Amino acid sequence: MHDEMRVLSPTGILGYGFPEESFRRGLKRKPHLIGVDAGSTDPGPYYLGSGKSFTSRAFVKRDLRFLLTAGARLDIPLVIGSAGGAGARPHLEWCRGLIHEVAREEKLSFRMGVIFSDVSAARVLKARRAGDINPLPFAPPLTAEAVKACPYIAAQVGVEPIIRALRKDCRVVLCGRCYDPAVFAALPIAAGYDPGLAMHMGKILECAAIAAAPGSGADCVLGTLRRDAFILESLNPARKFSKLSTAAHTLYEKSDPCHLPGPGGVINLEKCAFRELAGGRVEVRGSRFEKTPDHWVKLEGARRTGFRSISIAGTRDPVMIAGIDDILKSVESQVQKMGRKTKLRGRMIFHVYGKNGVMGALEPRRRAAGHELGIVMEALAGTQEEADMLCSVTRSTLLHYGYPGRISTAGNLALLFSPSDIRMGAVYEFAVYHLMKIKDPAAFPLEVENIRDGKARS
Amino acid sequence: MKKNILQAARVIRSKNAGPFELTLDIMFKNKHYFDLFRRRRLITARKIAALYNVRPRDILGIIYFEPARAVKITLRRYLPSGAPGDGDIYGAQQHAPLLDLNFSP
Repeated sequence: MHDEMRVLSPTGILGYGFPEESFRRGLKRKPHLIGVDAGSTDPGPYYLGSGKSFTSRAFVKRDLRFLLTAGARLDIPLVIGSAGGAGARPHLEWCRGLIHEVAREEKLSFRMGVIFSDVSAARVLKARRAGDINPLPFAPPLTAEAVKACPYIAAQVGVEPIIRALRKDCRVVLCGRCYDPAVFAALPIAAGYDPGLAMHMGKILECAAIAAAPGSGADCVLGTLRRDAFILESLNPARKFSKLSTAAHTLYEKSDPCHLPGPGGVINLEKCAFRELAGGRVEVRGSRFEKTPDHWVKLEGARRTGFRSISIAGTRDPVMIAGIDDILKSVESQVQKMGRKTKLRGRMIFHVYGKNGVMGALEPRRRAAGHELGIVMEALAGTQEEADMLCSVTRSTLLHYGYPGRISTAGNLALLFSPSDIRMGAVYEFAVYHLMKIKDPAAFPLEVENIRDGKARS
Repeated sequence: MKKNILQAARVIRSKNAGPFELTLDIMFKNKHYFDLFRRRRLITARKIAALYNVRPRDILGIIYFEPARAVKITLRRYLPSGAPGDGDIYGAQQHAPLLDLNFSP
Protein backbone atom coordinates (compact mmCIF):
# COMPACT_ATOMS: atom_id res chain seq x y z
CA MET A 1 0.00 0.00 0.00
CA HIS A 2 1.35 3.44 -0.94
CA ASP A 3 1.36 6.23 1.64
CA GLU A 4 -1.28 7.91 -0.44
CA MET A 5 -3.32 7.39 -3.56
CA ARG A 6 -3.97 10.33 -5.88
CA VAL A 7 -7.13 10.22 -7.95
CA LEU A 8 -7.77 12.60 -10.83
CA SER A 9 -11.36 13.51 -11.68
CA PRO A 10 -11.34 15.47 -14.95
CA THR A 11 -15.03 16.32 -15.31
CA GLY A 12 -18.44 15.85 -13.72
CA ILE A 13 -19.83 13.84 -16.63
CA LEU A 14 -17.85 12.36 -19.50
CA GLY A 15 -18.68 14.66 -22.41
CA TYR A 16 -19.11 17.83 -20.34
CA GLY A 17 -15.52 18.83 -21.21
CA PHE A 18 -12.71 20.29 -19.08
CA PRO A 19 -9.91 22.84 -19.52
CA GLU A 20 -6.75 21.24 -20.95
CA GLU A 21 -4.51 23.22 -18.59
CA SER A 22 -6.30 21.85 -15.51
CA PHE A 23 -5.98 18.31 -16.85
CA ARG A 24 -2.24 18.76 -17.56
CA ARG A 25 -1.73 20.15 -14.05
CA GLY A 26 -3.42 17.03 -12.76
CA LEU A 27 -1.17 14.70 -14.78
CA LYS A 28 1.92 16.45 -13.39
CA ARG A 29 0.82 15.30 -9.93
CA LYS A 30 1.32 11.68 -11.08
CA PRO A 31 -2.16 10.37 -10.28
CA HIS A 32 -2.60 6.65 -9.57
CA LEU A 33 -6.04 6.66 -11.17
CA ILE A 34 -8.19 8.69 -13.53
CA GLY A 35 -11.87 8.24 -12.83
CA VAL A 36 -14.87 9.67 -14.63
CA ASP A 37 -18.55 9.23 -14.11
CA ALA A 38 -20.59 9.34 -17.30
CA GLY A 39 -24.16 9.04 -16.11
CA SER A 40 -27.17 10.16 -14.19
CA THR A 41 -30.93 9.61 -13.99
CA ASP A 42 -31.37 13.38 -13.79
CA PRO A 43 -32.07 13.97 -17.51
CA GLY A 44 -35.21 11.88 -17.07
CA PRO A 45 -36.44 8.47 -18.24
CA TYR A 46 -36.08 8.98 -22.01
CA TYR A 47 -32.37 8.16 -22.27
CA LEU A 48 -32.54 4.92 -20.30
CA GLY A 49 -35.70 3.83 -22.11
CA SER A 50 -34.53 4.67 -25.62
CA GLY A 51 -30.95 3.44 -25.23
CA LYS A 52 -29.58 6.86 -26.21
CA SER A 53 -26.96 9.12 -24.67
CA PHE A 54 -27.76 12.55 -23.24
CA THR A 55 -24.22 13.76 -23.92
CA SER A 56 -22.99 14.65 -27.39
CA ARG A 57 -20.98 12.09 -29.33
CA ALA A 58 -18.37 14.62 -30.41
CA PHE A 59 -17.72 15.84 -26.88
CA VAL A 60 -17.63 12.39 -25.30
CA LYS A 61 -15.04 11.50 -27.91
CA ARG A 62 -13.13 14.70 -27.24
CA ASP A 63 -12.93 13.90 -23.51
CA LEU A 64 -12.07 10.26 -24.17
CA ARG A 65 -9.20 11.27 -26.43
CA PHE A 66 -7.52 13.17 -23.58
CA LEU A 67 -8.18 10.47 -20.99
CA LEU A 68 -7.20 7.46 -23.11
CA THR A 69 -4.01 8.96 -24.52
CA ALA A 70 -2.85 10.23 -21.11
CA GLY A 71 -3.73 6.91 -19.47
CA ALA A 72 -1.89 4.85 -22.09
CA ARG A 73 1.16 7.15 -22.28
CA LEU A 74 1.64 7.49 -18.51
CA ASP A 75 0.30 4.02 -17.63
CA ILE A 76 -2.48 5.34 -15.38
CA PRO A 77 -5.61 3.18 -15.09
CA LEU A 78 -8.81 4.80 -16.32
CA VAL A 79 -12.21 3.85 -14.87
CA ILE A 80 -15.41 5.07 -16.57
CA GLY A 81 -18.73 4.51 -14.84
CA SER A 82 -22.33 4.58 -16.11
CA ALA A 83 -21.13 4.59 -19.71
CA GLY A 84 -23.30 6.40 -22.23
CA GLY A 85 -25.33 8.12 -19.53
CA ALA A 86 -27.78 5.45 -18.44
CA GLY A 87 -25.32 2.55 -18.43
CA ALA A 88 -27.45 -0.13 -20.12
CA ARG A 89 -26.10 -2.30 -22.95
CA PRO A 90 -26.67 0.11 -25.90
CA HIS A 91 -25.13 2.98 -23.92
CA LEU A 92 -22.14 0.83 -23.03
CA GLU A 93 -21.66 -0.36 -26.62
CA TRP A 94 -21.91 3.22 -27.88
CA CYS A 95 -19.15 4.32 -25.53
CA ARG A 96 -17.06 1.22 -26.34
CA GLY A 97 -17.36 2.14 -30.04
CA LEU A 98 -16.03 5.63 -29.32
CA ILE A 99 -13.11 4.19 -27.34
CA HIS A 100 -12.25 1.93 -30.29
CA GLU A 101 -12.37 4.93 -32.62
CA VAL A 102 -10.02 6.97 -30.44
CA ALA A 103 -7.68 3.99 -29.95
CA ARG A 104 -7.53 3.51 -33.74
CA GLU A 105 -6.92 7.17 -34.46
CA GLU A 106 -4.24 7.54 -31.77
CA LYS A 107 -2.77 4.02 -32.22
CA LEU A 108 -3.12 3.25 -28.53
CA SER A 109 -2.45 -0.02 -26.75
CA PHE A 110 -4.27 -1.09 -23.59
CA ARG A 111 -6.25 -3.89 -22.03
CA MET A 112 -9.90 -3.01 -21.49
CA GLY A 113 -12.50 -4.57 -19.24
CA VAL A 114 -16.16 -3.96 -20.14
CA ILE A 115 -18.67 -4.62 -17.35
CA PHE A 116 -22.33 -5.20 -18.20
CA SER A 117 -24.73 -4.30 -15.44
CA ASP A 118 -27.97 -5.18 -17.25
CA VAL A 119 -30.41 -7.41 -15.43
CA SER A 120 -32.98 -9.42 -17.40
CA ALA A 121 -36.71 -9.08 -16.75
CA ALA A 122 -36.79 -12.80 -15.90
CA ARG A 123 -34.15 -12.33 -13.21
CA VAL A 124 -36.00 -9.35 -11.72
CA LEU A 125 -39.27 -11.29 -11.62
CA LYS A 126 -37.56 -14.30 -10.07
CA ALA A 127 -36.06 -12.05 -7.39
CA ARG A 128 -39.48 -10.55 -6.79
CA ARG A 129 -41.01 -13.97 -6.23
CA ALA A 130 -38.20 -14.78 -3.79
CA GLY A 131 -38.89 -11.59 -1.80
CA ASP A 132 -35.56 -10.09 -2.87
CA ILE A 133 -37.00 -6.82 -4.24
CA ASN A 134 -37.76 -3.69 -2.24
CA PRO A 135 -39.15 -0.46 -3.73
CA LEU A 136 -37.37 2.82 -3.14
CA PRO A 137 -39.63 5.51 -1.67
CA PHE A 138 -42.58 6.39 -3.97
CA ALA A 139 -41.52 4.08 -6.78
CA PRO A 140 -44.55 2.47 -8.44
CA PRO A 141 -45.35 -1.16 -7.58
CA LEU A 142 -43.20 -3.61 -9.50
CA THR A 143 -45.68 -5.43 -11.72
CA ALA A 144 -44.65 -8.14 -14.17
CA GLU A 145 -46.12 -5.99 -16.91
CA ALA A 146 -43.94 -2.98 -15.97
CA VAL A 147 -40.80 -5.10 -15.78
CA LYS A 148 -41.43 -6.63 -19.20
CA ALA A 149 -42.26 -3.21 -20.70
CA CYS A 150 -38.82 -1.78 -19.85
CA PRO A 151 -36.49 -2.17 -22.84
CA TYR A 152 -33.52 -2.11 -20.44
CA ILE A 153 -33.09 -2.65 -16.72
CA ALA A 154 -29.68 -1.81 -15.30
CA ALA A 155 -28.32 -2.44 -11.82
CA GLN A 156 -26.24 0.24 -10.19
CA VAL A 157 -23.21 -1.89 -9.37
CA GLY A 158 -20.66 -1.16 -6.65
CA VAL A 159 -16.86 -1.43 -6.49
CA GLU A 160 -16.72 -5.26 -6.73
CA PRO A 161 -17.01 -5.79 -10.52
CA ILE A 162 -14.55 -2.93 -11.12
CA ILE A 163 -12.05 -4.47 -8.69
CA ARG A 164 -12.45 -7.76 -10.52
CA ALA A 165 -11.58 -6.07 -13.84
CA LEU A 166 -8.62 -4.21 -12.31
CA ARG A 167 -7.29 -7.49 -10.87
CA LYS A 168 -7.37 -8.93 -14.39
CA ASP A 169 -4.92 -6.15 -15.30
CA CYS A 170 -7.40 -4.06 -17.23
CA ARG A 171 -6.01 -0.55 -17.58
CA VAL A 172 -9.25 0.83 -18.94
CA VAL A 173 -12.44 -0.26 -17.18
CA LEU A 174 -15.69 0.67 -18.91
CA CYS A 175 -18.59 0.01 -16.59
CA GLY A 176 -22.32 -0.04 -17.24
CA ARG A 177 -24.63 1.58 -14.70
CA CYS A 178 -22.52 2.05 -11.64
CA TYR A 179 -22.73 3.78 -8.26
CA ASP A 180 -20.98 7.09 -9.02
CA PRO A 181 -18.42 6.99 -6.14
CA ALA A 182 -17.42 3.39 -6.99
CA VAL A 183 -15.53 4.61 -10.07
CA PHE A 184 -13.08 6.43 -7.80
CA ALA A 185 -13.20 4.10 -4.77
CA ALA A 186 -12.68 0.68 -6.40
CA LEU A 187 -8.90 0.88 -6.89
CA PRO A 188 -8.20 2.43 -3.44
CA ILE A 189 -10.41 -0.14 -1.69
CA ALA A 190 -8.65 -2.96 -3.56
CA ALA A 191 -5.35 -1.47 -2.34
CA GLY A 192 -6.51 -1.59 1.28
CA TYR A 193 -7.68 1.97 1.91
CA ASP A 194 -10.62 2.66 4.19
CA PRO A 195 -13.87 2.19 2.24
CA GLY A 196 -15.68 5.00 4.10
CA LEU A 197 -13.05 7.57 3.14
CA ALA A 198 -12.65 6.16 -0.37
CA MET A 199 -16.42 6.24 -1.01
CA HIS A 200 -16.89 9.72 0.46
CA MET A 201 -13.98 11.02 -1.62
CA GLY A 202 -15.58 9.35 -4.66
CA LYS A 203 -18.91 10.97 -3.86
CA ILE A 204 -17.26 14.39 -4.09
CA LEU A 205 -14.96 13.58 -7.04
CA GLU A 206 -17.80 12.24 -9.18
CA CYS A 207 -19.05 15.81 -9.59
CA ALA A 208 -15.51 17.07 -10.29
CA ALA A 209 -15.22 20.75 -9.36
CA ILE A 210 -18.87 21.32 -8.40
CA ALA A 211 -17.83 21.11 -4.74
CA ALA A 212 -15.16 23.83 -5.16
CA ALA A 213 -15.86 27.55 -5.14
CA PRO A 214 -16.71 28.80 -7.68
CA GLY A 215 -18.18 25.45 -8.61
CA SER A 216 -18.01 23.81 -12.03
CA GLY A 217 -19.07 20.43 -13.37
CA ALA A 218 -16.52 20.80 -16.14
CA ASP A 219 -13.15 21.25 -14.41
CA CYS A 220 -10.55 18.93 -12.89
CA VAL A 221 -10.01 17.99 -9.25
CA LEU A 222 -7.38 15.90 -7.49
CA GLY A 223 -8.33 13.77 -4.51
CA THR A 224 -5.53 12.42 -2.33
CA LEU A 225 -6.50 9.48 -0.18
CA ARG A 226 -4.48 8.61 2.92
CA ARG A 227 -5.01 6.01 5.63
CA ASP A 228 -7.08 8.25 7.88
CA ALA A 229 -8.16 11.21 5.71
CA PHE A 230 -8.54 12.51 2.20
CA ILE A 231 -7.63 15.86 0.71
CA LEU A 232 -9.36 17.68 -2.13
CA GLU A 233 -7.78 20.31 -4.30
CA SER A 234 -8.78 22.14 -7.42
CA LEU A 235 -6.48 21.81 -10.44
CA ASN A 236 -7.55 25.23 -11.63
CA PRO A 237 -6.11 28.14 -9.60
CA ALA A 238 -9.38 30.04 -10.16
CA ARG A 239 -11.18 27.60 -7.80
CA LYS A 240 -10.64 26.62 -4.21
CA PHE A 241 -12.10 24.08 -1.86
CA SER A 242 -13.30 25.47 1.45
CA LYS A 243 -14.73 23.70 4.45
CA LEU A 244 -18.10 25.14 3.61
CA SER A 245 -18.05 24.44 -0.13
CA THR A 246 -17.09 20.81 0.52
CA ALA A 247 -19.62 20.25 3.30
CA ALA A 248 -22.29 21.99 1.27
CA HIS A 249 -21.71 19.57 -1.59
CA THR A 250 -22.50 16.68 0.75
CA LEU A 251 -26.11 17.88 0.65
CA TYR A 252 -26.28 17.91 -3.11
CA GLU A 253 -29.14 15.93 -4.66
CA LYS A 254 -29.47 13.60 -1.66
CA SER A 255 -32.36 13.38 0.76
CA ASP A 256 -30.18 12.88 3.86
CA PRO A 257 -26.68 14.41 4.06
CA CYS A 258 -25.45 12.13 6.88
CA HIS A 259 -26.40 8.73 5.46
CA LEU A 260 -25.73 8.05 1.81
CA PRO A 261 -27.04 4.64 0.81
CA GLY A 262 -25.38 2.76 -2.03
CA PRO A 263 -24.74 -0.81 -3.15
CA GLY A 264 -23.87 -3.01 -0.17
CA GLY A 265 -24.07 -0.34 2.51
CA VAL A 266 -24.28 3.25 3.66
CA ILE A 267 -21.69 6.04 3.83
CA ASN A 268 -22.15 7.43 7.34
CA LEU A 269 -21.01 11.04 7.73
CA GLU A 270 -22.27 11.70 11.26
CA LYS A 271 -18.71 11.93 12.61
CA CYS A 272 -17.16 13.42 9.53
CA ALA A 273 -14.94 16.50 10.01
CA PHE A 274 -13.71 19.03 7.44
CA ARG A 275 -10.49 21.07 7.90
CA GLU A 276 -9.08 23.76 5.65
CA LEU A 277 -5.43 23.45 4.58
CA ALA A 278 -3.22 26.00 2.89
CA GLY A 279 -3.66 26.52 -0.86
CA GLY A 280 -7.43 26.13 -1.08
CA ARG A 281 -7.37 22.49 -0.05
CA VAL A 282 -9.70 20.71 2.35
CA GLU A 283 -9.01 17.64 4.44
CA VAL A 284 -11.85 15.29 5.36
CA ARG A 285 -11.81 12.58 8.01
CA GLY A 286 -14.23 10.45 9.97
CA SER A 287 -16.37 9.16 7.06
CA ARG A 288 -17.38 5.53 7.60
CA PHE A 289 -18.77 2.83 5.36
CA GLU A 290 -21.32 0.60 7.09
CA LYS A 291 -22.03 -2.63 5.29
CA THR A 292 -25.55 -3.96 5.30
CA PRO A 293 -25.98 -7.66 6.17
CA ASP A 294 -27.20 -8.41 2.65
CA HIS A 295 -25.95 -6.86 -0.57
CA TRP A 296 -28.63 -4.75 -2.27
CA VAL A 297 -28.23 -2.97 -5.60
CA LYS A 298 -30.54 -0.39 -7.12
CA LEU A 299 -32.31 -1.31 -10.36
CA GLU A 300 -33.36 1.30 -12.88
CA GLY A 301 -35.77 0.80 -15.75
CA ALA A 302 -37.95 3.04 -17.91
CA ARG A 303 -40.97 1.84 -19.87
CA ARG A 304 -42.47 3.32 -23.00
CA THR A 305 -45.82 4.92 -22.31
CA GLY A 306 -46.65 6.35 -25.74
CA PHE A 307 -45.74 9.07 -28.20
CA ARG A 308 -45.74 12.85 -28.07
CA SER A 309 -46.28 15.84 -30.37
CA ILE A 310 -46.11 19.45 -29.28
CA SER A 311 -46.89 22.92 -30.54
CA ILE A 312 -45.56 26.16 -29.03
CA ALA A 313 -47.42 29.46 -29.06
CA GLY A 314 -47.83 32.74 -27.22
CA THR A 315 -50.76 34.97 -26.40
CA ARG A 316 -50.71 38.74 -25.85
CA ASP A 317 -54.45 39.29 -25.49
CA PRO A 318 -55.47 40.52 -22.02
CA VAL A 319 -58.98 39.08 -22.28
CA MET A 320 -57.63 35.66 -23.21
CA ILE A 321 -54.95 35.82 -20.49
CA ALA A 322 -57.58 36.64 -17.87
CA GLY A 323 -59.67 33.61 -18.83
CA ILE A 324 -56.91 31.22 -19.89
CA ASP A 325 -57.74 28.33 -17.52
CA ASP A 326 -61.38 28.12 -18.62
CA ILE A 327 -60.45 28.59 -22.28
CA LEU A 328 -58.00 25.68 -22.24
CA LYS A 329 -60.52 23.46 -20.43
CA SER A 330 -63.24 24.28 -22.97
CA VAL A 331 -60.93 23.68 -25.91
CA GLU A 332 -59.95 20.32 -24.51
CA SER A 333 -63.54 19.18 -24.06
CA GLN A 334 -64.52 20.46 -27.51
CA VAL A 335 -61.65 18.48 -29.07
CA GLN A 336 -62.68 15.36 -27.17
CA LYS A 337 -66.30 15.69 -28.34
CA MET A 338 -65.19 16.08 -31.95
CA GLY A 339 -62.92 13.08 -31.59
CA ARG A 340 -65.52 10.65 -30.31
CA LYS A 341 -66.20 9.14 -33.73
CA THR A 342 -62.63 9.27 -35.00
CA LYS A 343 -59.47 7.71 -33.65
CA LEU A 344 -58.71 10.86 -31.69
CA ARG A 345 -57.41 9.25 -28.53
CA GLY A 346 -54.91 10.50 -26.05
CA ARG A 347 -54.31 13.18 -23.51
CA MET A 348 -53.61 16.92 -23.79
CA ILE A 349 -51.43 18.78 -21.34
CA PHE A 350 -51.05 22.55 -21.53
CA HIS A 351 -47.93 24.07 -20.04
CA VAL A 352 -48.72 27.72 -19.56
CA TYR A 353 -45.51 29.67 -19.04
CA GLY A 354 -46.14 32.85 -17.14
CA LYS A 355 -48.82 31.04 -15.15
CA ASN A 356 -47.72 27.92 -13.23
CA GLY A 357 -45.74 26.54 -16.18
CA VAL A 358 -42.72 25.69 -14.05
CA MET A 359 -44.28 24.56 -10.78
CA GLY A 360 -47.71 23.30 -11.85
CA ALA A 361 -49.77 22.14 -8.88
CA LEU A 362 -47.02 23.18 -6.43
CA GLU A 363 -47.33 26.82 -7.48
CA PRO A 364 -48.55 28.98 -4.61
CA ARG A 365 -49.14 32.07 -6.82
CA ARG A 366 -52.04 30.95 -8.92
CA ARG A 367 -52.69 34.08 -10.98
CA ALA A 368 -50.85 35.23 -14.06
CA ALA A 369 -49.04 38.51 -13.56
CA GLY A 370 -47.55 39.02 -17.00
CA HIS A 371 -48.91 40.76 -20.07
CA GLU A 372 -48.16 37.73 -22.23
CA LEU A 373 -48.24 33.94 -21.75
CA GLY A 374 -46.38 31.11 -23.42
CA ILE A 375 -48.37 27.97 -24.15
CA VAL A 376 -46.83 24.60 -24.92
CA MET A 377 -49.50 22.20 -26.16
CA GLU A 378 -48.45 18.63 -25.41
CA ALA A 379 -50.35 15.76 -26.99
CA LEU A 380 -49.73 12.25 -25.64
CA ALA A 381 -51.15 9.18 -27.34
CA GLY A 382 -50.56 5.51 -28.00
CA THR A 383 -49.11 6.01 -31.47
CA GLN A 384 -47.23 8.85 -33.13
CA GLU A 385 -50.05 9.35 -35.65
CA GLU A 386 -52.62 9.72 -32.88
CA ALA A 387 -50.40 12.19 -31.03
CA ASP A 388 -49.90 14.19 -34.25
CA MET A 389 -53.64 14.29 -34.88
CA LEU A 390 -54.52 15.31 -31.33
CA CYS A 391 -51.88 18.05 -31.35
CA SER A 392 -53.03 19.38 -34.73
CA VAL A 393 -56.73 19.47 -33.85
CA THR A 394 -56.09 21.06 -30.45
CA ARG A 395 -53.83 23.71 -31.97
CA SER A 396 -56.36 24.66 -34.65
CA THR A 397 -59.26 24.64 -32.17
CA LEU A 398 -57.42 26.88 -29.73
CA LEU A 399 -56.28 29.18 -32.54
CA HIS A 400 -59.86 29.99 -33.53
CA TYR A 401 -61.75 29.35 -30.31
CA GLY A 402 -64.47 31.97 -29.59
CA TYR A 403 -64.01 32.44 -25.86
CA PRO A 404 -66.40 34.67 -23.86
CA GLY A 405 -65.61 38.37 -24.27
CA ARG A 406 -63.29 37.87 -27.27
CA ILE A 407 -62.64 41.04 -29.28
CA SER A 408 -59.75 39.73 -31.40
CA THR A 409 -61.50 37.43 -33.85
CA ALA A 410 -58.67 36.73 -36.31
CA GLY A 411 -56.72 34.18 -34.23
CA ASN A 412 -55.80 33.57 -30.60
CA LEU A 413 -52.24 32.32 -30.88
CA ALA A 414 -48.87 33.71 -31.87
CA LEU A 415 -47.49 30.46 -33.29
CA LEU A 416 -43.75 30.13 -32.99
CA PHE A 417 -42.79 27.84 -35.87
CA SER A 418 -43.83 26.62 -39.27
CA PRO A 419 -44.39 23.70 -39.22
CA SER A 420 -46.24 24.55 -36.05
CA ASP A 421 -46.37 20.99 -34.71
CA ILE A 422 -43.31 19.03 -33.64
CA ARG A 423 -43.05 15.25 -33.41
CA MET A 424 -41.29 14.37 -30.18
CA GLY A 425 -41.26 10.59 -30.59
CA ALA A 426 -41.51 7.97 -27.88
CA VAL A 427 -42.22 8.89 -24.27
CA TYR A 428 -40.91 6.90 -21.31
CA GLU A 429 -41.46 6.83 -17.56
CA PHE A 430 -39.43 5.41 -14.68
CA ALA A 431 -41.10 2.10 -13.89
CA VAL A 432 -38.34 0.23 -12.06
CA TYR A 433 -36.57 2.02 -9.25
CA HIS A 434 -36.16 -0.79 -6.78
CA LEU A 435 -33.52 -2.51 -4.71
CA MET A 436 -32.59 -6.10 -5.50
CA LYS A 437 -30.74 -8.43 -3.17
CA ILE A 438 -27.85 -10.20 -4.85
CA LYS A 439 -25.50 -12.91 -3.61
CA ASP A 440 -22.25 -12.07 -5.38
CA PRO A 441 -21.74 -8.33 -5.95
CA ALA A 442 -18.84 -9.00 -8.37
CA ALA A 443 -20.80 -11.39 -10.59
CA PHE A 444 -21.68 -9.12 -13.50
CA PRO A 445 -20.51 -10.14 -17.00
CA LEU A 446 -17.00 -8.91 -17.80
CA GLU A 447 -15.52 -8.88 -21.29
CA VAL A 448 -11.78 -8.32 -21.57
CA GLU A 449 -10.23 -7.15 -24.81
CA ASN A 450 -6.67 -6.33 -25.76
CA ILE A 451 -6.09 -3.36 -27.99
CA ARG A 452 -2.69 -3.20 -29.72
CA ASP A 453 -1.73 -0.12 -31.74
CA GLY A 454 -5.36 0.76 -32.02
CA LYS A 455 -6.55 -2.67 -33.14
CA ALA A 456 -8.82 -4.79 -30.98
CA ARG A 457 -7.80 -8.43 -30.39
CA SER A 458 -9.82 -10.71 -28.18
CA MET B 1 -40.59 42.64 13.09
CA LYS B 2 -40.49 39.69 10.73
CA LYS B 3 -37.48 39.18 8.53
CA ASN B 4 -37.31 37.53 5.13
CA ILE B 5 -35.31 34.32 4.67
CA LEU B 6 -32.87 36.12 2.36
CA GLN B 7 -31.49 37.99 5.34
CA ALA B 8 -30.40 34.67 6.81
CA ALA B 9 -29.65 32.50 3.78
CA ARG B 10 -26.91 32.67 1.14
CA VAL B 11 -28.08 29.73 -0.99
CA ILE B 12 -31.60 28.46 -1.62
CA ARG B 13 -31.85 25.72 -4.23
CA SER B 14 -33.81 22.69 -5.38
CA LYS B 15 -32.88 19.44 -7.13
CA ASN B 16 -34.14 15.91 -7.66
CA ALA B 17 -33.00 13.32 -5.16
CA GLY B 18 -33.76 10.51 -7.59
CA PRO B 19 -36.81 10.60 -9.89
CA PHE B 20 -39.36 10.43 -7.06
CA GLU B 21 -38.11 12.97 -4.51
CA LEU B 22 -37.45 16.68 -4.60
CA THR B 23 -34.93 18.14 -2.20
CA LEU B 24 -34.56 21.77 -1.12
CA ASP B 25 -31.39 23.17 0.47
CA ILE B 26 -31.17 26.36 2.49
CA MET B 27 -27.61 27.36 3.41
CA PHE B 28 -27.31 30.02 6.08
CA LYS B 29 -24.99 32.99 5.96
CA ASN B 30 -23.47 32.25 9.36
CA LYS B 31 -23.63 30.03 12.41
CA HIS B 32 -25.89 32.47 14.22
CA TYR B 33 -28.72 32.03 11.74
CA PHE B 34 -28.12 28.29 11.43
CA ASP B 35 -28.40 27.91 15.21
CA LEU B 36 -31.42 30.21 15.38
CA PHE B 37 -33.34 28.21 12.77
CA ARG B 38 -32.38 24.87 14.26
CA ARG B 39 -33.00 25.83 17.90
CA ARG B 40 -36.32 27.51 17.29
CA ARG B 41 -37.45 25.03 14.62
CA LEU B 42 -38.32 27.90 12.33
CA ILE B 43 -38.91 25.54 9.43
CA THR B 44 -41.76 23.13 9.93
CA ALA B 45 -43.50 20.63 7.68
CA ARG B 46 -46.67 22.66 8.03
CA LYS B 47 -44.99 25.88 6.80
CA ILE B 48 -43.38 24.14 3.85
CA ALA B 49 -46.62 22.37 2.99
CA ALA B 50 -48.41 25.72 2.93
CA LEU B 51 -45.73 27.29 0.71
CA TYR B 52 -45.86 24.40 -1.75
CA ASN B 53 -49.57 23.70 -1.80
CA VAL B 54 -49.05 20.12 -0.59
CA ARG B 55 -50.03 18.02 2.44
CA PRO B 56 -47.71 18.06 5.44
CA ARG B 57 -47.26 14.30 5.12
CA ASP B 58 -45.60 14.83 1.73
CA ILE B 59 -42.75 16.61 3.52
CA LEU B 60 -40.44 13.68 4.15
CA GLY B 61 -37.71 15.23 6.20
CA ILE B 62 -36.25 18.44 7.57
CA ILE B 63 -32.62 17.75 8.38
CA TYR B 64 -30.06 20.22 9.74
CA PHE B 65 -26.44 19.63 8.69
CA GLU B 66 -23.98 21.63 10.74
CA PRO B 67 -20.80 21.31 8.63
CA ALA B 68 -22.57 23.06 5.75
CA ARG B 69 -24.65 25.36 8.02
CA ALA B 70 -27.61 24.14 6.04
CA VAL B 71 -31.04 22.65 6.34
CA LYS B 72 -32.39 20.15 3.85
CA ILE B 73 -36.08 19.68 3.20
CA THR B 74 -37.19 16.68 1.16
CA LEU B 75 -40.61 16.43 -0.47
CA ARG B 76 -42.36 13.71 -2.32
CA ARG B 77 -42.12 14.70 -5.98
CA TYR B 78 -45.54 15.81 -7.17
CA LEU B 79 -44.93 13.90 -10.41
CA PRO B 80 -42.00 11.54 -11.03
CA SER B 81 -39.28 13.13 -13.16
CA GLY B 82 -40.32 13.06 -16.81
CA ALA B 83 -43.87 11.84 -16.17
CA PRO B 84 -46.57 13.47 -18.34
CA GLY B 85 -47.21 16.95 -16.95
CA ASP B 86 -43.87 17.27 -15.17
CA GLY B 87 -42.57 20.74 -15.94
CA ASP B 88 -39.11 20.49 -14.35
CA ILE B 89 -37.24 17.26 -15.15
CA TYR B 90 -34.17 18.12 -13.01
CA GLY B 91 -36.28 19.72 -10.26
CA ALA B 92 -33.91 22.67 -10.39
CA GLN B 93 -36.49 25.49 -10.35
CA GLN B 94 -38.71 24.50 -7.44
CA HIS B 95 -37.01 26.62 -4.81
CA ALA B 96 -38.80 29.92 -5.41
CA PRO B 97 -41.65 29.58 -2.87
CA LEU B 98 -39.01 29.33 -0.13
CA LEU B 99 -38.11 32.94 -0.88
CA ASP B 100 -41.44 33.87 0.73
CA LEU B 101 -40.42 32.32 4.04
CA ASN B 102 -40.40 34.87 6.86
CA PHE B 103 -39.17 34.48 10.43
CA SER B 104 -39.00 36.44 13.68
CA PRO B 105 -35.37 36.98 14.62
